Amino acid sequence: MTPLFELCLRMGDTTLILAQRVSEWCGHAPVLEEDIALANVALDLIGQTQLWLGLAGEVEGQGRDADALAFRRDAGAFRNLLLVERPNGDFGHTVMRQFLFDAWHLPMLRALAGSTEPRVAAIAQKAEREVAYHLERSADLVIRLGDGTPESRGRMQTALDALWPWAGEAFAGDAVDAALAAGGIAPDPASLRPAWNETVDSVLAEAMLSRPTGAFFHRGGRAGRHTEHLGHLLAEMQFLQRAYPGAEW
Amino acid sequence: MRAPVDEIWAWLSELPDPEIPVLSLTDLGVIRDVVWRGEVLEVTVTPTYSGCPATAVIEMDIEAALRRRGIARVVLRRQLSPPWTTGWITEEGREKLRAFGIAPPVAGTAASGRIAALAGARPEVACPRCGSPDTEEISRFGSTPCKAQWRCRACLEPFDYFKCH
Repeated sequence: MTPLFELCLRMGDTTLILAQRVSEWCGHAPVLEEDIALANVALDLIGQTQLWLGLAGEVEGQGRDADALAFRRDAGAFRNLLLVERPNGDFGHTVMRQFLFDAWHLPMLRALAGSTEPRVAAIAQKAEREVAYHLERSADLVIRLGDGTPESRGRMQTALDALWPWAGEAFAGDAVDAALAAGGIAPDPASLRPAWNETVDSVLAEAMLSRPTGAFFHRGGRAGRHTEHLGHLLAEMQFLQRAYPGAEW
Repeated sequence: MRAPVDEIWAWLSELPDPEIPVLSLTDLGVIRDVVWRGEVLEVTVTPTYSGCPATAVIEMDIEAALRRRGIARVVLRRQLSPPWTTGWITEEGREKLRAFGIAPPVAGTAASGRIAALAGARPEVACPRCGSPDTEEISRFGSTPCKAQWRCRACLEPFDYFKCH
């Protein structure tokens, strides 16, 4: 597998799994406007998934399209960040996960927009505009809920503490990243850390939340080692195509 | 039959956007290029939002319309770069949106992801119904990916705002 193929899977699997998680909220959000917002964010992420996994299939050249990659791979073949497979928890937990992700996603796309691989740059330029709206929304909600009632602040701090050890994986590079960075195709993951820190610190300060101090983080998602949650998610997401391969309507 | 490209553009300008039918596809700015390659007509289309379900319908509508006009061989090409922006909506399209009850995008107010901008700055959007500038955002997301929900404090009507993108 080439580094470019890996990059497309890492981006596309991450947006796909988060889109599936966010979609679980459809019809369940605390207010109608947030239900609509969650569905819109999920839709953007699914659109980006189609582009990333479509390019993955093209690069691989084995005849697999975005649907085949999304619906007919098992957990071990997925390359998403572990953060996005975390269960939704309460609304505050979902918002915090989205914020920690968006704060990485936007600078990542901005770096990819200057990729030496034109197909990667085109997808990133397209997605970047959508993700700027995602980050503004999730940051706004973290501030409103953190700097809210004692109940909402308590829930946001609990969510932040619980999700923190899952956020660091995005900045830990491996041999694939080194090859991509050497070719100017993708940034060194560690180079995105300052932008993420700046966003996270300013929003948490505004939200009256305490940044956790722990440096430990879980890793493995980008190498196909996942938590038990991914298998359950895939069982639901892939059911139809597993039961009726190639079904269309 | 090889119809002149100008005539084909005129045909395409009659096709409505599937989600906001008051706009034509050319008003929306999603058709990038129309060119004959031998006996095959190539139409280049760009998506608005990457997940917008209208994109597939738009492509089907274009193909069906051109076949009805007698063009047998049509190839649709999807082009991502440079990405679509609301700046490509025509002046006529913006007026059609307003008349339909959707406030057109305010240039230069696309999301930047800058947290400092969250505090106060919202675009000044005039109510498409009564024209009052006394309006407020209800939610950054609305009934389609391209719209936000707003409310007029003067006439008290809620309305859609076509987000700057």
